[in-house]
Amino acid sequence: MTVRIASGQGFWGDWLEAPVRQIEGGPVDYLMMDFLAEVTMSILQKQRSRDPALGYARDVVPLLARILPAVVERGIRVTTNAGGVNPDACAAAVAETARDLGLRGRLKIGVVTGDDILARLDDLLARGVTLADMDTGRPLSDIRDRVLSANAYLGSAPVVQALAEGAQVVITGRVTDTGLTLAPLVHAFGWSPEAWDLMAAGTIAGHIIECGAQASGGNYLAGWPTVPSLEDVGYPLVEAEPDGSFVVTKHPGTGGAVTVASVTEQLVYEMGDPRQYITPDGVADFTTVRLAQDGRDRVRVSGIRGRPATPYLKVSIAYAAGWKAVGTLVYAWPDAYAKAREADRVLRARLERLGLKFDEVLTEFVGVNATHGPLAGEPSPDLPEVQLRVGVRAGDRDGVERFTRELAPLILNGPPSVTGFAGGRPKVEQVVAYWPALVPKAEIRPAVRIVAA
Amino acid sequence: MKARLLDLAHARSGDKGDTANVGVIARRPEWYPLLARELTATRVAAHFTGMITGPVERFELPNLHALNFLLHGALGGGGTVSLKTDAQGKTFSTALLRMEIEVPDGTL
Repeated sequence: MTVRIASGQGFWGDWLEAPVRQIEGGPVDYLMMDFLAEVTMSILQKQRSRDPALGYARDVVPLLARILPAVVERGIRVTTNAGGVNPDACAAAVAETARDLGLRGRLKIGVVTGDDILARLDDLLARGVTLADMDTGRPLSDIRDRVLSANAYLGSAPVVQALAEGAQVVITGRVTDTGLTLAPLVHAFGWSPEAWDLMAAGTIAGHIIECGAQASGGNYLAGWPTVPSLEDVGYPLVEAEPDGSFVVTKHPGTGGAVTVASVTEQLVYEMGDPRQYITPDGVADFTTVRLAQDGRDRVRVSGIRGRPATPYLKVSIAYAAGWKAVGTLVYAWPDAYAKAREADRVLRARLERLGLKFDEVLTEFVGVNATHGPLAGEPSPDLPEVQLRVGVRAGDRDGVERFTRELAPLILNGPPSVTGFAGGRPKVEQVVAYWPALVPKAEIRPAVRIVAA
Repeated sequence: MKARLLDLAHARSGDKGDTANVGVIARRPEWYPLLARELTATRVAAHFTGMITGPVERFELPNLHALNFLLHGALGGGGTVSLKTDAQGKTFSTALLRMEIEVPDGTL
């Protein structure tokens, strides 16, 4: 028995065509769509505070509208964390869309909640759960009054439960990216949640496909000049076996490439200690992964070992940490870099005279050093153009606001041959910072509800 | 002889908080021991002088012919706080591949 899980979305903002292409391009049993990054949760929290019916990745509704008829017709099941900080509202919107499509009574939606601990923070603190910063050890009280969102990372278990209760589309809040792929495997193969090697195998399968085309030819350094037809890139899918081995592949006739090199690049992406890839479902050991090319665009993955889960869940707490703005101007040949540097000097002198205090002022010269810094070496003296990019950050909004008005004047009262200000003044943005913490698993009670369309 | 790491390896980088990770993968399996010998945490830290404020950690993945480096204090405070163009450390991969290492004559 082989179970086919397709990746349809690697982050909120990924290619809108991908889920449709995964459903239509060949046989799949499950479609997995990851929408959440750390920053996404706080954006969604802000949206929910303005409108209690919001707070989820709204893209998922029109996206599902395009595939739900096929999903229902063919019995494909969908797992997604698009629910954000409001999975109930997301499920209600999806149910309404399903009814509009004539699927009333034909679709069961599973809703997974229990990850959101924003309202429970003080209760947890009072009972001795410190929620100290995992990296620095600082107590949460340092930032308690500035917290915007707080979510525990749930594992695969509640998603497995929703599938077992017949949900065809499972909408979750902060479930780990990897849990969305592991859950269908646990459900389909009846894996024990304490079969640690299998938990690790499903977790690594999830890691490989959670960033969409990054495993199948996108952002592929080893092969990009020769990867065929990225305009038609096939998103990855795994063909999994009950023993925990699987093949990473993509639909026939699609662009991109699935090779040992493309899969390896994705395996090391956002990697910490490869022997300790900690998730709520167990600890996966990436040094046990064996890869082998198994025909064109097929990579066989086997040998994965894992260890028992820890008694904690990770919590991601977002808090307000001041304001920032970034502005740019473009300087043209001749002496583009010298002009941009002079403009930066003038700008900084003016900010200084205004008495503005910032936590940081960062200048980058795009075309010279913005990505590789000093490693880029001295630029050619004859650069055709250089973009001056200046960012500031401060606890106080007013100073940042004033900074945004100091760039445009440089066009007429600074160094010559400057352009590129058509976008207007830079936007002042709130800085959202992250506070990683741990919570004992027993404190978090995931809840599963089934909604009928 | 000296060789540019770009010719011996490929790489992908990403972020976790204020730490960038760079996974470096040998373009040929037989080059992995060379990378493991030459790419010490100390040398990688020296390569990134002026670009990172914290230490460098190294992990080995011989099964994938790869090394993983954690560059602490690399991202100007981390993803959302950072003012950098590359707030998520996506280009630290090729920044590392600029490095030159000593290889036996005729390796390439």
